[in-house]
Amino acid sequence: MNRRHILHLIGAAAAAWFAVPSPASAQQPIKIGEVNSYTGLPAFTIPYRQGWQLAVEEVNARGGLLGGRKLEVVSRDDAGKPDDAVRIAGELVANEKVDLLSGTYFSNVGLAVADFAAREKIPFVASEPLSDAVTWQKGNRWTWRLRPSTYMQAAMLVEEAAKLPARRWATVAPNYEYGQSAVKWFKELLKAKRPDVEFVAEQWPAQGKLEAGPTVQALAASNPDAIFNVTFGADLAKFVREGDNRGLFAKRSVVSLLSGEPEYLEPMKDEAPKGWIVTGYPWDQVKTPENTAFVEAYRKRFNEPPRMGSVVGYATFTAIAAAIGKAGSTDGEKLLAALAGLKIDSPFGPVLFRAIDHQSTMGAFVGRTDVKDGKPTMVDWRYADGAAYLPPDDVVRTLRPAE
Amino acid sequence: MDFYLVQFLSGLAQAATLFLVASGLSIIFGVTRIVNFAHGSFYMLGAYLAWTFVERWGSDVLGFWGGVLLAALLVGALGAVMEVLLLRRLYRSPELFQLLATFGVVLLVQDAAFGVWGPEDLLGRRAPLLKGTVDILGRPFPLYDLVLIALGPAVLGLLWLLFNRTRWGTLVRAATQDREMTAALGVDQARLFTGVLFLGSALAGLGGALQVPREAVNLHMDMAMVVEAFVVVVVGGMGSLPGAFLASLLIGQLQAFGILVFPQITLVLVFLFMAVVLVLRPYGLLGRKEEAPPPAAAAGPPFAPTGRRAGLAALAALAALAAVPLLAGEYALIVLTEVAILALAAASLHLLVGFGGLVSFGHAAYFGLGAYGAALLVKHVAAPMPLALLGAPVLAGAAALIAGWFCVRRSGLYFAMLTLAFAQIAWSITFQWYGVTGGDNGILGVWPPAWAASRAVYYEVTLALVAAALWALRRAAFAPFGYTLRAGRDSPLRAEAVGIDVRRHQWLGFALAGTAAGLAGGLYAFAKGSVFPTLLAVPQSVDALVMVLMGGIQTVAGPVVGAAAFHLLRTTLMASEHWRVILGLVIVALVLLFPQGIAGFARRLWNRGAEA
Repeated sequence: MNRRHILHLIGAAAAAWFAVPSPASAQQPIKIGEVNSYTGLPAFTIPYRQGWQLAVEEVNARGGLLGGRKLEVVSRDDAGKPDDAVRIAGELVANEKVDLLSGTYFSNVGLAVADFAAREKIPFVASEPLSDAVTWQKGNRWTWRLRPSTYMQAAMLVEEAAKLPARRWATVAPNYEYGQSAVKWFKELLKAKRPDVEFVAEQWPAQGKLEAGPTVQALAASNPDAIFNVTFGADLAKFVREGDNRGLFAKRSVVSLLSGEPEYLEPMKDEAPKGWIVTGYPWDQVKTPENTAFVEAYRKRFNEPPRMGSVVGYATFTAIAAAIGKAGSTDGEKLLAALAGLKIDSPFGPVLFRAIDHQSTMGAFVGRTDVKDGKPTMVDWRYADGAAYLPPDDVVRTLRPAE
Repeated sequence: MDFYLVQFLSGLAQAATLFLVASGLSIIFGVTRIVNFAHGSFYMLGAYLAWTFVERWGSDVLGFWGGVLLAALLVGALGAVMEVLLLRRLYRSPELFQLLATFGVVLLVQDAAFGVWGPEDLLGRRAPLLKGTVDILGRPFPLYDLVLIALGPAVLGLLWLLFNRTRWGTLVRAATQDREMTAALGVDQARLFTGVLFLGSALAGLGGALQVPREAVNLHMDMAMVVEAFVVVVVGGMGSLPGAFLASLLIGQLQAFGILVFPQITLVLVFLFMAVVLVLRPYGLLGRKEEAPPPAAAAGPPFAPTGRRAGLAALAALAALAAVPLLAGEYALIVLTEVAILALAAASLHLLVGFGGLVSFGHAAYFGLGAYGAALLVKHVAAPMPLALLGAPVLAGAAALIAGWFCVRRSGLYFAMLTLAFAQIAWSITFQWYGVTGGDNGILGVWPPAWAASRAVYYEVTLALVAAALWALRRAAFAPFGYTLRAGRDSPLRAEAVGIDVRRHQWLGFALAGTAAGLAGGLYAFAKGSVFPTLLAVPQSVDALVMVLMGGIQTVAGPVVGAAAFHLLRTTLMASEHWRVILGLVIVALVLLFPQGIAGFARRLWNRGAEA
C-alpha cells in the first residue's frame, strides 16, 4: 500500500461515484441548478430558499410547464467561495444536466458563475448579487439579474437625500466593492443634483469587523449634517447601538442602504433607528393583491413572515418558470430570447427583464424607519420602480462590453 | 484634545475584550503547545450562551452578571470536555496534529450554533444600570465601556495572583517553561491540562459574553476573533500575560487612531503592525527567548526513500490516472483536476512542514499569487496559457523569496504568524488594488485556449505538470538539499555546528515551496476561469494545512493522500446542507483513529505486513 495505490483506489472510487447519468427524456422534470451561500449568509439565504421553494411548489401545483413537466431544483451550498461555486456549477451542468443556473448572493460568486455560464453557454439568472459589474462592465449574453443593482439603490436614496437641507455629508461603508461602489454612486449622483453638498469624512470598516466606538467617534468629529450608511448585518447593529449611545444620530439625518430589509431591521428590535431614510421591504403594510397573496401563501407554508430574501427567491423562480413557458422549450438560445423583455408579476408588482442590459426593473421600497409597539417598521414609504433609476439607454450601451 | 481622549478610551474598551480572549489562548498554548483554532468558537459560544441567559434573567444586575459568568463557566467546561474527550488522546501524536482536531471542532461549533440559535443576528439586552453615557470633557462615553476598561487590568491582576500565589498557578508556570521536567517531577499532566483548557476557554467565553451589550451576536464572530487573538498573543510574546496585555492595548489604540489617519487600511493594519513587530523583535514585545516555542513539528523518524518497486507502482498509478478520461464523466474530471492541483499545493506546504519543520499559516498566499500571476498575464498582455503558467510560479516564487527572507529568521509560532502576516498583506493588495487586480470582483475569463478547452485535455495537462512538479519536489527532498533541510529541523544547533547555513537552506526551501504552490495556483486559475482574493485568504491556508495533516506529515505520500481525501470528502459532503458538521465529525474521527495521518497509518500497516 503506497501513495499511488491509495491514489488509484480513490481515483477509481471517484470515477464510480460520478458516473455519467443518462440523458433527459421528454416527460422528465425540467431541472434548474441553484447555487447560494447557505452556510455563508444564512440570515438572507434561508428565507431566500423558502421563497423559491414556494414558487416551485406553486408552479408544479398548477401542473408544471411545457405540457406537464415538473420543475425540479437541484440546490447546492457554495460556502461563500467563488471557486467552490464554479465547481458546483460544473457539477450541475455535467452531472445533473440542468437547463439553467440561478442563485448566488455575493457579487464575486455571482460574477464567477456568470463567467462560467457564458463559457458553457447556459442561461444564468442571478438573483441577489448587487454589483453593477454583473450586468454592466462584466455583463454577458447568458447572464440576467433580478435585484436592483448598487447603482439603482443608490439612485433611489439620492432622490430623497437631495431633498434634505443637509450640506455636509459623511459616509460609512464596508471596505469592499459593494460598499465602495455604493459610496461612489451616492457621491456622484448627489453632487449632480446638489452641487452645494460636500463630503467631509469617510469610514471604511472591514466587513464584519466594524470597531463601533472609534468609528462613531470619528464620524461625529467631522460634524456632518447627514450620514450615508452602507453597513449591514452585525456591523449595522453595532453601529446603531454605539451611535445611539454617543448621540451621533441626534439632529442628523441618516440615509442608509438596505437597512429597511426585515433581515437587517428586525433583529434590532426596539433599538432600531428612527427616521432613517432607507431602502427595504415593509412586508406587512404593502397591501397590493400580489404582495398580500404572496405573504399569505408564505406564512401558511412556513409559519413565519417573509423577508426580503423570500421575495428575491420567489421572484427569481417565478421569472424562470415564466421564461421557460414563454420559450416553450428548455433550449438555451430560446430561453435567452424569452428572457429578453420578459414581464412577470412579482410581489413588488410588474417586473421587466430589460433586453438592453439584462437587468430587471424590480425596485425597492424607500421610506423611513420607525419603531411602533417596540417593533421596528417602515413608515412614509413608497415603491420605487427600478425602471426609473437606470441611466439612459445610450449610457447603458457604453457600460456593457460589445457582444 | 477631548476628542483624542475619548478615542483613546474607545480603544481601551476594545483592548479589554481582545486581552480576555488572547490571555486564554496564550495560557492554553503556553502549557499544552496546542494551536487552538477552536478558541474563537468558544468566544462565539460564550456570546450566544450569554445572550440566552441575559434574555431570560438579565433584567436586573444580578441576573445579567450572573448570566455572563454562567456563560463563561459553561464554555470553560466545554473546553475541559474537549480536552478530555479529544485532545488528551493526541498527546503522543505530533503536536501539530491537535490543530487538526481543533479545526474539526470549529466546524462542529459553527453548525451547532446555527442549529441552536438560528441564522439571524441576535441583539441582546444592555447591561442594567450601565445603559447610559457619562460626559468626558463634554463628549458622551458609554458607561459599559468604562466597566470593560476596568475589567482588563482586573483580570490581568487576578491571573497574576493565580499564577504567582497559588500552587496550581506555579505548576502551570512550571509546565509552560518545561513540560517534560514538570511531568518527571510527578505532576499529573492530564489534570493540569484539563484545568488549563477550562481556564483558557472560560476566558474566551467571558470575552464573548461581555460583547452581548455591545453588538449583535452572529455566526461570524469565531473567525473574526481567533486570528486577531493569535496576533495579540504573538505580538505580546508567547506565554507572557503582560505581553498580551500590552499588545492588546497597542492594537486597540492602533485601530482607534488608525481609522482616523488611513480609513481605507482597516483590512490589513493589524497584520502590518504584527509584521513590523516580528521583524524587529524575534520573540514579540515581552516574550523571552527561553520561553520561545520549540519548532512546531517535532522531529520524527527519518523519511525513507522508497525503492524501485514503489517508483514503478507510482508510474503505473500515474498511467491509470491518465486513463481516467476514457471512463469518467465531465464532473469527475473537474474534481480530479482540482485534486491534482491541491495535491501539488499540499506537497509544497509539506516540504516546509514535514521536511523543514516550518509550519506556515500563510501558504495560500503563494497559491493565490500564482493564480493572479497567470490571470494578470492573460488579462493585461493577453499571454498564451503556457506563458501564463510559466509566469505563475515566477511571481509566487519571487514573493516567497522576499517574504521567506524575513520569515526564516523566526521560529515556531512566530514564524507561522509572520507567514500569516505576509499572506494577509498580499491578500489586501489583491483586494484593494482595483486598477490591476480588479479588487474583490476578481479577474474573469481566464479559460484555457481552444486546444486545451476540453476537460479531458486540461486534466491531462494538469496531471502531467503536477506529476513533474511532484517528482521534482521529491527529488529536492531526497537530495543533499532536503537532508540539510531536515538537519535544520531536527537540530538547528548541531546543523550550525557542522557548518550548515540553516537559514539559507530554509530560505531556499521556502522559495521552492512558494514556487511549486504558484504553479498549482496557475493551474487552478485556468481550471476555474476566474481568480479572486479568496484564494489568498486565511481559510485557504488553513485548508492546505488540514490536507497536509490529514495525510500525515511523516510520510512523503501524506500531502497527496490528504489533499485527495479532504477535497473528495468536502466536495461530496457539500451536497448536504449540514456538510460542516459531517466534515467536522469525520476530521475528529480521523484524528482519533489515525493519529499519524492516513498515509502514516497505511505505512504502519505496510511495515507490519513486511515484518510478518
